[in-house]
Amino acid sequence: MRTITFECIKEAVCRLCGQAACDLPPDVLAALKSAAGREKNVLAQVFFEQYLLNSEIAGKERLPLCQDTGFAVFFVAIGREVIIDGGTLSEAINAGVREGYKKYYLRKSIVSDPLFDRKNTFDNTPAIIHLEQVPGDQLHIVLAPKGGGSENMSMLKMLKPSQGRAGVVDFVVDSVVSAGGNPCPPTIVGVGIGGTMEHAAFMAKKALLREVGRPSHDSRYAELEAEILQKINASGVGAQGLGGDVTALAVHIEFHPCHLASLPVAVNLNCHAARHAEVTL
Amino acid sequence: MKKIMRTPFTIEDIRSLRAGDQLILSGTVYTGRDAAHKRLCGMLEKGETLPVDLAGQAIYFVGPCPAPPGRPIGSAGPTTSGRMDAYSPVLIKECGLRAMIGKGGRSQEVIDAMKEHGCVYLAATGGAGALIANSITRAEVVAFDDLGPEAIYKLELDSLPLVVAIDAEGNSLL
Repeated sequence: MRTITFECIKEAVCRLCGQAACDLPPDVLAALKSAAGREKNVLAQVFFEQYLLNSEIAGKERLPLCQDTGFAVFFVAIGREVIIDGGTLSEAINAGVREGYKKYYLRKSIVSDPLFDRKNTFDNTPAIIHLEQVPGDQLHIVLAPKGGGSENMSMLKMLKPSQGRAGVVDFVVDSVVSAGGNPCPPTIVGVGIGGTMEHAAFMAKKALLREVGRPSHDSRYAELEAEILQKINASGVGAQGLGGDVTALAVHIEFHPCHLASLPVAVNLNCHAARHAEVTL
Repeated sequence: MKKIMRTPFTIEDIRSLRAGDQLILSGTVYTGRDAAHKRLCGMLEKGETLPVDLAGQAIYFVGPCPAPPGRPIGSAGPTTSGRMDAYSPVLIKECGLRAMIGKGGRSQEVIDAMKEHGCVYLAATGGAGALIANSITRAEVVAFDDLGPEAIYKLELDSLPLVVAIDAEGNSLL
């Protein structure tokens, strides 16, 4: 067994908060540069220039890429030989978020009750933590801060199995096109197909973490990703929803076995400032 | 077309702007998100005086990051304007609001109020909060401090790049 301390996790999470907010991941930057080269709309070209300049300023001046520094969403893989000393994993992660959002001057965007008083918790906790146990003695933590603008455009539908492939294409394309400029396009489109209702939503979110544009390992789903992307970009929604050739940078589909009566499909969008940072302890 | 303006706006300024124009804006603007809009409209309903005078002014839909040491403000890009659709027509009609700055689409009710009273909807670049922060030279909270990032700030802009998304005739890029 290997012991990892509460303090060690807290400090690592604190650093991840600053890093994720200010440093655009290289794969996202590369996808934006490539999209800027394909864009023909003059106004959209101006936006792409601003996106690239923004990432440069954010990195150099240590300012968050976007003022919505998001809900702190974690994907954690804990080795079965890991013991945490000094508190629970959830306590350590939340302590890191509390410290990181303060230290790096990030916006606190969480309200304590969704419906009644909606009072800000003023430390951006609680975090959302997705945990899985894996072999080994390491702790792998991915932080994907999620902004409200893109999250609000999420969609989920329990299709009839008879609606099949065409039903999935229509639902995903409609979801992205009807979102217009709200999720800060060009977006990365995460899609979860199969499982149960909540698992489809989980997969749609997890799909956003894949290296931008890397196709599904299953060629049938890779083809589906390409077709949906082509249709989304043919819509002309464009950067900021003000018209253009690039509405999405990529479509990533995750899939899972499902009930014989069901065909769940979930769509989760990430804005062009698609932030994530990770660490292995 | 590229245009350069400074707030407050005259009605002639507003009517000269066309959807698709790029606008470089300087001067004072006020921030406001849904929570602040809800309070402003509640005060108007009760006949109370608002903490800010919006006549000829612009509201920027933004909840900025805290200011790091030595800076007036943290990242400060636009939030989704649609959440203000329920409130904007009231502010346009009753307060003489001349411009709104945000991102994403607006409802027909908002567009109708813009046409009737003379107001434009300007798109700031969503997700470019660091770039936009560099166009803000001063920031102070002027109302609703308890709302944290949703408080009303008075901002001083220096050359903020915007696009006219919907003009005062209702022409729209969205």
